[in-house]
Amino acid sequence: MTVLEQRGTYRPAPPPAWQPRTDPAPLLPDAEPYRVLGTGAADRADPGLLRTLHARLVTGRRYNAQATALTRQGRLAVYPSSTGQEACEVAAALVLADRDWLFPSYRDTLAVITRGVDPVQALTLLRGDWHTGYDPYEHRVAPLSTPLATQLPHAVGLAHAARLRGDDVVALAMVGDGGTSEGDFHEALNFAAVQRAPVVFLVQNNGFAISVPLAKQTAAPSLAHKAVGYGMPGRLVDGNDAVAVHEVLSDAVRHARAGGGPVLVEAVTYRLEAHTNADDATRYRGDAEVETWRGHDPVDLLERELTRRGLLDEDARRAVREESEALAADLRARLHEDPVLDPMDLFAHVYAEPTPHLREQRELLRAELAAEAEANADAEAQAAPEGATR
Amino acid sequence: MTTATAAGAATAARPATLAQALTRALRDAMAADPAVHVLGEDVGALGGVFRVTDGLAAEFGEDRCTDTPLAEAGILGTAVGMAMYGLRPVVEMQFDAFAYPAFEQLVSHVARMRNRTRGAMPLPLTIRIPYGGGIGGVEHHSDSSEAYYMATPGLHVVTPATVADAYGLLRAAIASDDPVVFLEPKRLYWSKDAWDPEEPTPVEPVGRAVVRRPGRSATLVTYGPSLPVCLEAAEAARAEGWDLEVVDLRSLVPFDDETVCASVRRTGRAVVVHESGSFGGPGGEIAARVTERCFHHLEAPVLRVAGLDIPYPPPMLERHHLPGVDRVLDAVGRLQWEAES
Repeated sequence: MTVLEQRGTYRPAPPPAWQPRTDPAPLLPDAEPYRVLGTGAADRADPGLLRTLHARLVTGRRYNAQATALTRQGRLAVYPSSTGQEACEVAAALVLADRDWLFPSYRDTLAVITRGVDPVQALTLLRGDWHTGYDPYEHRVAPLSTPLATQLPHAVGLAHAARLRGDDVVALAMVGDGGTSEGDFHEALNFAAVQRAPVVFLVQNNGFAISVPLAKQTAAPSLAHKAVGYGMPGRLVDGNDAVAVHEVLSDAVRHARAGGGPVLVEAVTYRLEAHTNADDATRYRGDAEVETWRGHDPVDLLERELTRRGLLDEDARRAVREESEALAADLRARLHEDPVLDPMDLFAHVYAEPTPHLREQRELLRAELAAEAEANADAEAQAAPEGATR
Repeated sequence: MTTATAAGAATAARPATLAQALTRALRDAMAADPAVHVLGEDVGALGGVFRVTDGLAAEFGEDRCTDTPLAEAGILGTAVGMAMYGLRPVVEMQFDAFAYPAFEQLVSHVARMRNRTRGAMPLPLTIRIPYGGGIGGVEHHSDSSEAYYMATPGLHVVTPATVADAYGLLRAAIASDDPVVFLEPKRLYWSKDAWDPEEPTPVEPVGRAVVRRPGRSATLVTYGPSLPVCLEAAEAARAEGWDLEVVDLRSLVPFDDETVCASVRRTGRAVVVHESGSFGGPGGEIAARVTERCFHHLEAPVLRVAGLDIPYPPPMLERHHLPGVDRVLDAVGRLQWEAES
């Protein structure tokens, strides 16, 4: 048989069957951020939850104001305020059970203290007397992460480890809109989805990564849409509606705990203050925009609802005010005291046991400190008037 | 070396490769402690591209030896989270240059977590990285990346050069409560020694160097893939009348000043040999430490024999880059012997 004779008998094998691996439709976020306050659904909100959220938001607002003031007074090295984002901060902490873990970013000290961490310990990083001021295992709060999105894979690994151990633990990891551009965001979401790790990713889209607006950060329809590419549900919520954020995050935690895998929640909010005290927000955004968002303030939204339902009488207002002021007064008192520093701590925790070359450097510093103390003592002795008696 | 076993009648020592000793170390560590988990790319069914995790998934299940997505920052980052929860992860990076995506996790979190939390959150993590050249690998498969890790406080950096050390050091690394970057000299994966897998090497704590060959004329300070080169050079040097001592560092961090300096004080001369480049490489640090501590014992400046300070060359040119016996002997020849007489 010649080659020509073979022509026409050749039949290519059909391509291997293809079908989508997951139906994307149920994963898609709603077209509009989910809202409760100011809608008919608000009537169903539990009065107890409303009061709790209100107390935490008002206290949180006061905490932000006090920390910012302490920064101006030089008592904190820097403070990234979450003013305007209190609904997200508070809800993220409240939806978790004791055994769950919170993975905060550097702007999330309000979530950290809402979880139960002592505020002065939560502010250690920003005060500058150490990096992490609290024992992460005490309240199951990971150290505040400054490198963006790098804490997200940690949350995935911890949740995965807990599941391997048969523990009923959920990790909630917080990140900002800018952080979603980082490679670690992608890798964390991908790992979580593949391993069905019980993780809730909360993106607070506050409009800006320092000065860069979201439009320069992503071309995605929304940040919540990014979930679909990983095969996990994406949820879009009004981040200034504390009741809505609480509900969406609670659902996500329940979904993760039940073995449904991770969820990505985008909470649309706004950073009312500058990035930090060192930032000048007037260089990149106008007053009109800020004023628009002030009209959609999370504390006001909640107060209106409580007032409408008759849940906020003068006694309740006073109680919340007193709690806020007590927190602020405690912060002022404790942060106005100078922290006690021991330079030898610099060597204490680099390794379980210091290496020989660290031991050498420790002795060098010890000698420097001794010489410094001696010089100070000499200077004091010389400054004292000769023959002075007491 | 395999004939050496003839003397030990009762021993079951037989030729084993460095890779097999690593596999045995992983297996023993996993059997001894259910907290030990292996994760990485292709570590499951395939057993790793160098077969170091061979059989582990079958023996311990995929939850203990896990194929991950192809993402090194994600591998190391999730391992951090696993360690936070009390597991003892052993991460495999497939090749030296493919570990770089994990660099931020390593430097910003792995190395700092204990210190950041005042000791509350130590990370018992082992990061296995095949490193070095000499295997004919194409670009990005042959880097000597140890200097990056040495320059990062909070990490231990160890590297075996013998079959017995491959086992002992890896067990020690996994047992350590600190993160250990475990650098595996990939051109020695298939090197063989007489080794009894049923009675493996005792596990010593990380941080001690060892004298592999005693000598009186000069000290060759080396580690990992350059150890066989130095031992060969020491043999060849006998013809020149030099009796060279060879020190195998085994651990770059912690650094064993004691063993190195004791040797240099005996011999009065030292050459540091490694594949890593010399500019900003480990040899500069080692030469400085030796000079600071042994200045009055030195008959000549400490010399370095290193890889060239170039991006790793293509395989057909790599022999010009790698320190070989001749380059080591040339350096020994430059140790100002004439000044002695």
